[in-house]
Amino acid sequence: MRRVELVLSRLVWFVPTLLGLIIVVFLISNVVPTDPARIVAGENATQAQIDALREQMGLNEPLIVQFGIYLRDLVTGDMGRSLYTQREISSDLLHRLPATLELTFAAMILAIGLGVPLGVISAIRRNSLTDQILRLLSISGLAVASFWLAMELQMYFSTRLGWTPLNGRISGFGPENITGFVVIDSILQGDWASLKSALSHLILPAITLSLPAAATLVRFTRAGVLEVVNSNFVLYETAMGFPRSLIVWKYVLRNALISTVTQIGLVFGTLFAGAVVVEAVFDWPGLGTYAVQSILQSDTKAILGFSILVGVVFIVINLLVDIVHTFIDPRVLK
Amino acid sequence: MSLFGRLMRDRAAAIGTLIIGVLVLVAIFAPWLAPYPEDVAAFHLTDRLQPPSAEHWFGTDRMGSDVFSRILFGARITITIAVIAVGVSVAIGVPIGLVAGYYGRFTGGVLMRTSDVFLAVPQIVLAIAIAQTLGPSVENVILALSLTYWPFWARLVYAETRALKGQTFVEAAQALGASDLRVMVLHILPNTLSAIIVRTSIGMGATILTAAALGFLGLGAPPPAPEWGRTISEAREFLPEAWWYAAAPGLAIFLVVMGFNLLGDGLRDVLDPKLRKGR
Repeated sequence: MRRVELVLSRLVWFVPTLLGLIIVVFLISNVVPTDPARIVAGENATQAQIDALREQMGLNEPLIVQFGIYLRDLVTGDMGRSLYTQREISSDLLHRLPATLELTFAAMILAIGLGVPLGVISAIRRNSLTDQILRLLSISGLAVASFWLAMELQMYFSTRLGWTPLNGRISGFGPENITGFVVIDSILQGDWASLKSALSHLILPAITLSLPAAATLVRFTRAGVLEVVNSNFVLYETAMGFPRSLIVWKYVLRNALISTVTQIGLVFGTLFAGAVVVEAVFDWPGLGTYAVQSILQSDTKAILGFSILVGVVFIVINLLVDIVHTFIDPRVLK
Repeated sequence: MSLFGRLMRDRAAAIGTLIIGVLVLVAIFAPWLAPYPEDVAAFHLTDRLQPPSAEHWFGTDRMGSDVFSRILFGARITITIAVIAVGVSVAIGVPIGLVAGYYGRFTGGVLMRTSDVFLAVPQIVLAIAIAQTLGPSVENVILALSLTYWPFWARLVYAETRALKGQTFVEAAQALGASDLRVMVLHILPNTLSAIIVRTSIGMGATILTAAALGFLGLGAPPPAPEWGRTISEAREFLPEAWWYAAAPGLAIFLVVMGFNLLGDGLRDVLDPKLRKGR
């Protein structure tokens, strides 16, 4: 029951937080000195045409009324039209969401697959040369500017060696759209050529994006394992003659992962955010590229929609992390 | 042993301090250290895109300017942005966290939910939106980063204050008739300083990375400013031939952020033994 209470108390704050977010982003985007009506009208429009458009777009209303109208439309899922693509912003965003999620999940899998085992090794070989090197690598991984790493990887592996494509998500038409995830769609349709193309496009951006996340996970897993390794139950199991590998990879890891799972939730958020810059370098057709384009075009409503979508994803992830946390560490319920 | 002495015994922290020391010296003495100080603004198109040599240690850029000299001057921009942006974030975040933690319940709830709103959007996204709205300039980058990063200090100080509020020494001060302000500033704040210092060192690194990303996206100081992130984006079209052009600023960013992270780790071990995880 405590679990339900905890989740409810978090849910109560969901709406105010989201509303606050919309207000903040709405205010920020309305300080923009550019006039959306002028952009829509085009370069050769007369002042009268612009004025008519301003009226039509509701730009002459007071800010609070504009906000009310925006909120009313938002509830029905209408985020307005992009000045740039001329399509519904909500459909633009939904159309691009799978590409970003695919990249984020790929980076996440890499980060967990590398970060957690390396963190365990670093901890059980504490202060050895391996540990020193891993710690140096993990602290380096957090210091690299992702856009720079992206460019350097592109330079060596795509331009010089020609091993991977330079940018984009797939060559040719790709598989038929079922889930929106190109890799999964290729597998579902047995389209191995598309799968190969999709993976070769995915690998460099995923590596770039995963590096800081992997570094974070190494550090947290190491700390978590070290804390548990010195506890009494491990001493007991060792005394009982359990094999070291069983103790480490089963009993210790399970307890050490408590802090790591929380961290994985947070890492997902940073990956999702980091995708903005990485996508821009690799021309990955996801939300990040869309956001950067909208920003460069001063496409206010598109930026607003993007920020709200990302905010919702963030809040939901944090909520999920809290819930998962209550299952793996029931102590938080006390 | 003095705090500094203990810090210097930690190899990582010593290296971090060294890197930051060099960065500060370079920023101050850039005009004297740079072999071609006039190259921040001047160009020599006949020498463009020359590979590294004895005359030009890091080669020349698309304008024929000395990359090494421009990197040294770029340190000034980086350190200015990081110091002011983090300073403002601390100045906003710490009082908010202190008040929210001390008064709890309603005031605390409202202030912390406000910080949650800012944390609900990734920092880079918020900073991009603000910097774009205000237009590309160093001042606007600083403003964008300050507005984006203050909740980190607010959260931290809030949590610490909440934990300290029930302690006996706080109750004693209150019983002696100390005003709320006095209790907060003289009794609680000094006990949160360690955590603030550690967070600030690591925050400097994060801020420098975000500032570089803004520069890369064209939202930082306008050309010909030798800003590191902008230099990397300028170099992009000349890859892979002019590899030195992007390598130099990238490595500069890496070194500096590494310096702050190493120092932050070392400070945590020295200042905050309870946060010392498994050392």
